Amino acid sequence: MQRIIVKNGIVVDPLTKTETKRDIYIENGVIKDFSGKKTIKDVKILDAKGLAVLPGLIDMHVHLREPGFEYKENIKSGMEAAIAGGFTSICCMPNTNPPNDSKSVNSFLLSKASSFNLINLFTVGAISKGLNGASLANIGELKESGAVAISDDGNPVDDSSLMARALLYAKTFGLPVISHSEDIRLRGKGVMNEGVVSQRLGVAGIPSIVEEIAVARDIMLARYYNARLHIAHVSTKGSVNIIRQAKKEGAGITCETCPHYFTMTEDSLLNYNTNAKMNPPLRTKEDIIAVKEALSDGTIDVIASDHAPHAEDEKDTTLDDAPFGIIGLQTSLPLTLRLYNEKKLALTDIARLMSLNPANILNLGDRGVIKNGFAGDITIVDINKKWVFTKDTIKSLSKNSPFINMDFVGLPLYVIVNANLIKAN
Amino acid sequence: MSFDKKDLISINDLTRSDIYRFIETAKEFKKISLKDIKKVPTLRGKTVVNLFYEPSTRTKASFEIAQKRLSADSLNVSISQSSVVKGESLKDTILNLESMKPDAFVIRHQESGASYFVSKITKASTINAGDGINEHPTQCLSDIMTIMEEKKDIASLKVAIIGDIYHSRVARSDIYGLSKLGAEIYLYGPYSLLPRSLDTQNVRIAGNMEEAVKNADVIIMLRIQRERASYYFIPSIEEYRNFFRLTRGLLSLASKNVIVLHPGPVNRDVEIAGSIIDENRTRILKQVENGVAVRMACLYILLGVQKN
Repeated sequence: MQRIIVKNGIVVDPLTKTETKRDIYIENGVIKDFSGKKTIKDVKILDAKGLAVLPGLIDMHVHLREPGFEYKENIKSGMEAAIAGGFTSICCMPNTNPPNDSKSVNSFLLSKASSFNLINLFTVGAISKGLNGASLANIGELKESGAVAISDDGNPVDDSSLMARALLYAKTFGLPVISHSEDIRLRGKGVMNEGVVSQRLGVAGIPSIVEEIAVARDIMLARYYNARLHIAHVSTKGSVNIIRQAKKEGAGITCETCPHYFTMTEDSLLNYNTNAKMNPPLRTKEDIIAVKEALSDGTIDVIASDHAPHAEDEKDTTLDDAPFGIIGLQTSLPLTLRLYNEKKLALTDIARLMSLNPANILNLGDRGVIKNGFAGDITIVDINKKWVFTKDTIKSLSKNSPFINMDFVGLPLYVIVNANLIKAN
Repeated sequence: MSFDKKDLISINDLTRSDIYRFIETAKEFKKISLKDIKKVPTLRGKTVVNLFYEPSTRTKASFEIAQKRLSADSLNVSISQSSVVKGESLKDTILNLESMKPDAFVIRHQESGASYFVSKITKASTINAGDGINEHPTQCLSDIMTIMEEKKDIASLKVAIIGDIYHSRVARSDIYGLSKLGAEIYLYGPYSLLPRSLDTQNVRIAGNMEEAVKNADVIIMLRIQRERASYYFIPSIEEYRNFFRLTRGLLSLASKNVIVLHPGPVNRDVEIAGSIIDENRTRILKQVENGVAVRMACLYILLGVQKN
């Protein structure tokens, strides 16, 4: 029997929106009510005095690159980066080689992940076979072998008819569809946000409407077919407005943004910085304001990292040539804590955006709240800790982050998951 | 009580009592098929043109045999050897055949609404032998007859219809016909193959296969066409088999006296386990047998009864 008590911490509850100083008890990986008076033997005690105790953070948008691109990242290194970022669960996207469009790849991922006995891995299966947008993947088989959602992330589903039937077919199995909403032909050869900076750099731009047109289409499809849709990596003011309006009208859709979209603008690319190249691209100040607003008013449901590792050599090239994507597991919570320090978000909001909502959207069992009978997934954070994110601290195999050498306040110190107390930092 | 309509295009053309009248008449005609000399002179001197634009084994044979047993003169226009291949339109085909004074057209066509279109341009009776994804009223009648042979009151039955509902003309007619008679109908299949809007009473969509089948008195399984996978409706036949096939285990959840229907042709071990067919749990052959009687009844009621 494995027993852990976390003493004296500030327990953050996104459901009741309260922060309460209390002790919590985890027995064999499950949270149990206990009275402080009763003595429990053989117990590991962690003194969390002055620390925030959050329901285990969940990053629902991660690229682990295994199988196929293990030089960028593998399941183990990705999980280690996730631990350092304070996550107890991560969800990996299917754009590997071979892609996760079958039971065999899905089972491989899950069994390999569990062999490390670290954090929880949940898998997102493909919408289309081979992610080629031409025919549906065996979605029932993916669900049966453990996938919690489907997505062709990295590629949009260009064909509205395929997207419609994916939504309908996935609905049969109760699976949400995560859309990478992008009008790929309108994006063309764009490498960064279309605007003054792309003009100055003389590179092809990606108009904000590339995202917004596709967001609008996907919402219309989901509403028409009354199906579950989650929109990945929302980056523009226009998308936020479309989603807010749809929600106001009762659409049952959800969405996420990533920390970089509320932190950096297109200005970060002024020196052709390939480590600030991602898709969707960094936008403008106005978009940052809109995304922050949407985080506080509930229009945006989730903060996810879109952790996208690429080898240093691959990024050490021209802006045109470099691949899209940045790593984010270790900076996701710290960047979000900046919003806490700016008083834009409360800790309960962060617990909602990074734990409760992803758990509910993906049906991850009893997770997202610290409550009797729920999974004993806990993230313990020193919200006052000052530190610098240096290249040496990166656990990921790839180092493609625009946040290297940035100062932060707030660092996860421990995670508890699968009955293990693990030091995060 | 007489039936004064010229055509049978939709099962909705029939009232409740019309349906019962057709079935009662079919029961009488079924006896003819069991006799040594399987022929009555009822439709002597009547001419019926069978126009099958789509391949068919059961329906085509069934209509032809029905006509022969009633002594009607039938003409089978073989579409592949007709002027249709030279580009003759449906309208001109009908108008030309019409001048030869047939009494009825039996038409099977790949386009929904084709039978209705024909019925509007001819004085002859028109019987819909299946139009596109729309309707197949005589199949519905033979399904109802098959059910009524074993079940007393259709209004007390739970009927599960499972499979590609969206593209099934049999499902459409069965839903209309059986709900008109008061059965409680559960539909199940992948949402991509379910109808979008249902305004029919007593019809609901089951949440899963188990819910659809549980305590069902009648299960109607539908054929899944292989080409559905290439239009995104389903991922693959293999996956369809894994999640939407009627197995013996599922069947054990149904009512003890459940009967299983399938309009044919069957894809064994795709939509239904072959063992269920081999163990005589289905009424597929009964449906075919009753199909002849029902079609005799239709021809008789539409042509044989004196009309003004």
